[in-house]
Amino acid sequence: MRVCFLFYEDCPSHERALERLREVLDEKGIDANVEVVGVESEEQAQELRFVGSPTILLNGQDIAPPPPDSHYALTCRAYHLEDGRISPLPSPDTIRRAIDAAEKSEPGDG
Amino acid sequence: MANLKPGDETIAFELPGIDDHHHALADYEDKEAVALIFTCNHCPYAQAWEDRIVQTQADYADRGVRVIAINANDPEKYPDDSFPRMKERAQEKGFNFPYLFDESQEVARAYGAERTPEVFLFGKHGTLLYHGTIDDNYEDPGAVQNHYLRDALDAALADEEPPVAQTRPIGCSIKWR
Repeated sequence: MRVCFLFYEDCPSHERALERLREVLDEKGIDANVEVVGVESEEQAQELRFVGSPTILLNGQDIAPPPPDSHYALTCRAYHLEDGRISPLPSPDTIRRAIDAAEKSEPGDG
Repeated sequence: MANLKPGDETIAFELPGIDDHHHALADYEDKEAVALIFTCNHCPYAQAWEDRIVQTQADYADRGVRVIAINANDPEKYPDDSFPRMKERAQEKGFNFPYLFDESQEVARAYGAERTPEVFLFGKHGTLLYHGTIDDNYEDPGAVQNHYLRDALDAALADEEPPVAQTRPIGCSIKWR
């Protein structure tokens, strides 16, 4: 599985989010090399279609797909938690569900 | 870094609020404590804490505490932080405190505010009692160990020094022009 973690240094939750991502990958027994990308300019944000920090892509798919009209910017990202609250980082369950979905959509071994 | 340290006096200001009235800090000089909170609409840290800000104002209103929220973000870069969107957000979330727009960003610069949210709590003598974050867990209100703002408010109302006078504000950076 290709795992990409995009962050903007200015948003303080990115270290915790990366730690959480790695914890969930470990828990799932997935030995993936996490590509960590720092987004440093508005131009880079546009180029990477970066809607905010942190953003986690599994096989190129966002773990919490943003609305189609989202704008790309150097900003912190709001995640909706299961109980309706807003958090600056995705919950472990959000990451787990996205991993499950990404695994299901991967081609089988044959 | 904030321009004020505990013990420093307020910096006067007058700003438009979402109620279409101007609010001066001097309007609240009869209060036992005033918590100025630099915040905004779009930042997830501000959103994560805003219910707690509303609850704090509700819990302390009868004891002479006034929360004043100020948004200083550049709405051209962050349209969700425009004045009309501030009005919408306040209505949607039931803000029970003035929500002011620092369009020129002069107030935020004068205070040296850097983050949203960032608290400057003043006591009845108009001196800074506490500066920093609201509490120590933006993600889970149920897991908070240190209620910095509430503890400082309790101390202010008892005319005592707060147990912690400064913490590092945690949140998005203020979006300067």
